[in-house]
Amino acid sequence: MAYKTIIEDGIDILVVGAGLGGTGAAWEARFWGQDKKIVIAEKANIDRSGAVAQGLYAINCYMGTRWGENNPEDHVRYARIDLMGMVREDLLFDMARHVDSTVHQFEDWGLPIMKDPKTGRYLREGRWQIMIHGESYKPIVAEAAKKSADKVFNRICVTHLLMDDSKENRVAGAVGFNVRTGDYHVFKSKTVICGAGGASNIFKPRSVGEGSGRTWYAPWSSASAYGLMIDAGAKMTQMENRIVLARFKDGYGPVGAYFLHLKTYTQNCLGEEYESKWFPELQKMVGKEYLDPEASHLTHRPIPTCLRNHCIISEVNAGRGPIHMVTMKAFQDPHLEEVGWENFLGMTVGQAVLWAATDVDPKNENPELTTSEPYVMGSHATGSGAWCSGPEDVSPPEYFWGYNRMTTVEGLFGAGDAVGGTPHAFSSGSFTEGRLAAKAACKYIDDGKAEGIVVSDAQIERRKKEIYKPLEHYRIYRNAIVAGSVNPHYINPKQGLDRLQKLMDEYCGGVTVNYMTNEKLLNIGLKKLRIMEEDLESLAAEDIHELLRAWELKHRHRAAECVMHHTLFRKETRWPGYYYRGDAMKVDDENWHVLTVSRRDPETGEYTMEKAPCYHLVSDKE
Amino acid sequence: MPTFVYMTRCDGCGHCVDICPSDIMHIDKTYRRAYNIEPNMCWECYSCVKACPQHAIDVRGYADFAPLGHSVRVHRDEEKGTIAWRIKFRNGTEKNFLSPITTKPWGTAIPQLRSVPGPSKEMRDGQLLYNEPKWIRMDDGGLHTLKSAGLKLKKGVYY
Repeated sequence: MAYKTIIEDGIDILVVGAGLGGTGAAWEARFWGQDKKIVIAEKANIDRSGAVAQGLYAINCYMGTRWGENNPEDHVRYARIDLMGMVREDLLFDMARHVDSTVHQFEDWGLPIMKDPKTGRYLREGRWQIMIHGESYKPIVAEAAKKSADKVFNRICVTHLLMDDSKENRVAGAVGFNVRTGDYHVFKSKTVICGAGGASNIFKPRSVGEGSGRTWYAPWSSASAYGLMIDAGAKMTQMENRIVLARFKDGYGPVGAYFLHLKTYTQNCLGEEYESKWFPELQKMVGKEYLDPEASHLTHRPIPTCLRNHCIISEVNAGRGPIHMVTMKAFQDPHLEEVGWENFLGMTVGQAVLWAATDVDPKNENPELTTSEPYVMGSHATGSGAWCSGPEDVSPPEYFWGYNRMTTVEGLFGAGDAVGGTPHAFSSGSFTEGRLAAKAACKYIDDGKAEGIVVSDAQIERRKKEIYKPLEHYRIYRNAIVAGSVNPHYINPKQGLDRLQKLMDEYCGGVTVNYMTNEKLLNIGLKKLRIMEEDLESLAAEDIHELLRAWELKHRHRAAECVMHHTLFRKETRWPGYYYRGDAMKVDDENWHVLTVSRRDPETGEYTMEKAPCYHLVSDKE
Repeated sequence: MPTFVYMTRCDGCGHCVDICPSDIMHIDKTYRRAYNIEPNMCWECYSCVKACPQHAIDVRGYADFAPLGHSVRVHRDEEKGTIAWRIKFRNGTEKNFLSPITTKPWGTAIPQLRSVPGPSKEMRDGQLLYNEPKWIRMDDGGLHTLKSAGLKLKKGVYY
């Protein structure tokens, strides 16, 4: 094929994916490695890429220690209870103790943060959230990353990580192709910081036509963080911990500001409060440790988000849907009405488009809420991702192997969606994780850990062949048929995505089965995924754009397989409202108060599963 | 939708192609103008709409659930540092909003870390990041540690 091979050599720090995690990494790396070569490979254009491309109206992780508002350990306890205990508290504590310095920098760079006129402090939406005018959040952090990086390669779809041929389990860079020119790009690097995205669109979405683009998480978040790292043999954690969002119906507009700032609330179709009536039954499933409405009421301890979802799902199944968000009161106040609309315009314009199209003015009617299809990602309110080392001064021995945020592959670091066990990082926490990873990566190089890396030409050639195979396959077989997309020799990426979404939905607890699965279903699902992997060898791409979709599909498939294995391994229903194991419908702390860890052997494709201990922060007086 | 492009306004400059996070704004080979090649991979993120110098790109809500007859238009002004929105409902109701997008002139507020004083060995071996500890609390307070918080990590079930 006529595509050029373009080799970028001698890189110290390669940032793969420059969303909030990747921009944080590139920015900070320059301070710790002032003479190091820092390169960014980004699938889109760094000015508008990643989950924050559209903007944000809030920063959801800010402690406010300067005003005595919260301490890092308070945030750890909050994330712990929200995730039913299953978090990496060392990583969370570390992120929370640094995150304020990140946010203060953002303000200094020009990000408009709203202020409380009475106190002069940042305007709080909730205990952890502050409100911003964040339309240009991404261009601002991109400017910082561009300032620090030696080179930014936009429009590179990174397909694989390169591995060192001289030392086992050590990273050596990455390869991919330019989605415009089609050229093959090879990045030889001493370290890689994976800032790629989590997984939208691995489960069948509620809207399957044009509207399938209106996913809650960005449709370009193609599970590449997981696809890349799993294929490199990195251990993954908590991949079963998918998230289901209760959001405004169809547009998936955010509800955080509505609940917390506008003080709106939900009710069933009869105008009744419905949540509390599901609590007694739910308490029997999860135990009083996890659901204690009285204690929550007295201490402001949150009720885990999954359990609140469970109440919505149960109420709708009982025939009293839809669930409405009661906005009519709050929206009579013109200031709050403005906040409500700007909230959408700042981060989910599609919801404003939908309400304009359907004449829904929340001043005059209460809009519908629904629960979304599941998503797998590690930076919002769930902790899927790579099993990473924590910081030296916090982590217990099982969580520490030398370098902060380094995965179990040497020299491969993570940030944002890539890192497992750190939910509730959101944008500011992801950027902070990138900063932490960058510092550690520089130290890894300075300690001499990246000496003597060898990348053979054979490896580079093998990947090249693999990358362009879908184009080649199309070229060979397209003339076997007259026209159209039905061909016995291949499937195209859209057909493959439909298959993946359908089987994940039906066998792994998607929306059409009310988030229900069990061991039998999961085993069938795994079998179908294996057969699908064979068919992915017969994937056909008509052009370079379809080649991009082909590789996104391969990453999604790999992530989905890992999710399926993890869901099978954890024999309990830890997060009712996110998914249910019908054959083990209770929280089982005796056997499953642990973090799940998997590794896929890159040679054989076999998964090994293990349990890792769950540590919690307690008083040192105990 | 998904975005669409007005034939008479687009001059084929390619700003939308350059910015689209989903790689779905492409130039039509016959008309030499941009169009959305894959509406079901469009997030309605408005990156292309904001970037279009001709205001040639608009959004028609997803056909699955959005009736016709609405519009949400935007004008992003980098120089003024503002973004203006106009929402028109199907029934004719109109709402207008204006927000700041930055508080500083572009390209002026972010330092070049290559030329700031580099970190000491002590800082390299410790837990601080750039500008810390000062920027954590903007006073003389230090970085939180388990010790300073009176905490330890313990295996098992504790709440």
